[in-house]
Amino acid sequence: MADSLRTYRMVAGMWIRSTMTYRASFALTVFTSFCVTFFDFVVILLMFGQVRGLGGFSFAEVALLYGLTGTSFGIADLTMGSLQRMGKRVRDGSLDTFLMRPAPLLAQVAADKFALRRFGRVAQGLMVLVWALVLLDVAWTPVKVLLLPMTVVCGAVIFAAVMVLGASTLFWMQDAAEVTNSFTYGGNTLLQYPPTIFAQELVRGVVYVVPLAFVNWLPALHILGRPAPAGMPDAAAFASPLVAAVCCAVAGLAWRAGIRSYRSTGS
Amino acid sequence: MPFIELDTVEKIFTVRRKTGLIRREKREVRAVDGISFGVDRGEMVGYIGPNGAGKSTTIKMLTGILTPTGGRLRVAGIDPARERTRLAQRIGVVFGQRTTLWWDLPLKDSYRLMHRMYRIPDARYRENLDRCVDLLDLEELLDVPVRQLSLGQRMRGDIAAALLHDPDVLYLDEPTIGLDVVSKARVREFLRDLNTTHGTTVLLTTHDLTDIEQLCSRVMVIDHGRLMYDGELAGLHAVGESERLLVVDLERELPPITDVPGARFVRSEGPRQWLAFPATASAAPLVAAVAARHPLLDLSVREPDIEAVIAKMYGGTREERRESLM
Repeated sequence: MADSLRTYRMVAGMWIRSTMTYRASFALTVFTSFCVTFFDFVVILLMFGQVRGLGGFSFAEVALLYGLTGTSFGIADLTMGSLQRMGKRVRDGSLDTFLMRPAPLLAQVAADKFALRRFGRVAQGLMVLVWALVLLDVAWTPVKVLLLPMTVVCGAVIFAAVMVLGASTLFWMQDAAEVTNSFTYGGNTLLQYPPTIFAQELVRGVVYVVPLAFVNWLPALHILGRPAPAGMPDAAAFASPLVAAVCCAVAGLAWRAGIRSYRSTGS
Repeated sequence: MPFIELDTVEKIFTVRRKTGLIRREKREVRAVDGISFGVDRGEMVGYIGPNGAGKSTTIKMLTGILTPTGGRLRVAGIDPARERTRLAQRIGVVFGQRTTLWWDLPLKDSYRLMHRMYRIPDARYRENLDRCVDLLDLEELLDVPVRQLSLGQRMRGDIAAALLHDPDVLYLDEPTIGLDVVSKARVREFLRDLNTTHGTTVLLTTHDLTDIEQLCSRVMVIDHGRLMYDGELAGLHAVGESERLLVVDLERELPPITDVPGARFVRSEGPRQWLAFPATASAAPLVAAVAARHPLLDLSVREPDIEAVIAKMYGGTREERRESLM
């Protein structure tokens, strides 16, 4: 683990320095990245200009959901987002050079083409989260306060695990990145809205099959004093660390299997 | 015990091919089909064979990138696929067609990363870098972004990068591909020095027979995933009955030269004639004989290329290979 972090720092550092050789391009991408994520939230703002509530949730409550998943996903995307581009490295065989280094492969691939501009997403998520916390009228208890940072961290880990799992499939199917994206980017968009506006089958799927509901829905609903979705007990609000751990274990196994079946290319 | 040891190593790829809308046909391709050999410490071995013969697959198994389907494989006592990252500290790899350097950063930044990633002690790193910079003439390139380097410069940069951590084994995959004559000579000289003064074991795949002639005392030929020859280069010529070509330019157009013993007339084009003679024979007496009997203006000797030697050695294999690829 320490080795992975060390490798990640080194490789990411090299990429940051590489990006900085094209400063104007970097400034431009940071600006566009921020705009894109900002307009994402403007949609919700506009919507609340027209309606009073969304699926029985107030603006502040939706903002809490948005802020939590936005921050979690932002962190996962910043640190592991490069994994989705591993398919290209597998296809053209340039993954070989990573495999020859005395460093963990996952850390090398995750830090590959590390892009600081993706920090824009984290910043935007945090801004919305703080805004929601200011607006919200909640009876805060120590437990609820502690639940907030735990949710952000576990949510990021769950998203990251899904990204690793998705990347593992790239060893076999190099063009499967879009499938993973539908769970990560798509999941993030889904979780921005209250579960009450979606069909029950979909909600059950995100609770029991791909456990994205543990990213923000379950803990946030507990904070808001609302019942858990899809017949989950209220205590499920605290299950995120457990779910995150299981996701990591599954992703880790898939990753190992992926490396072992790596076929490389003819040089 | 040999330093690199392969015992009936196999690598089988399963290839799926579309035969209908949904139907797929599964087929096995034996890229490496039961290879056994040993390489001792300090040896310098040429590993040659036509495209698709299984050279790169073998090298990739030796580095741990690919997991063998069967057989036993050890490098420095380590099972590469199982302990890939531990082995990485002991080996250096240069892929001629793939760089490990950082495209947008100065060359020295890539070396600094190696320094940290391989945890090379400072003193040793300094010493190795200085030696490489000196022998490979990299001094003026250290501050240049890699994308601005020429192919030859980048290759030298890559070789240095593979040696900073003092590997016991160096694998080179086509190290002189695409290089000009001067760059080739410099790379060869460096490798020879590395092998003699540092005792680094070198395994080299190449298409350039001159690389082998100038560097390797031992050559292994692989074709269809099998080891076809393992021994001295001279022996390969004998087994393959390979021939060199003597190209002679005469004063004027003359009938074919057939009166020189040991030489075989191949073809002529105006005053120029092509004569073949065994690669194991010396060219000097032949040249003397031709010059004594005919009005000679100019001449040159063409070395047989590896493809030709192997094609001759195993006549017909090429056709079979083409079929198996279909």
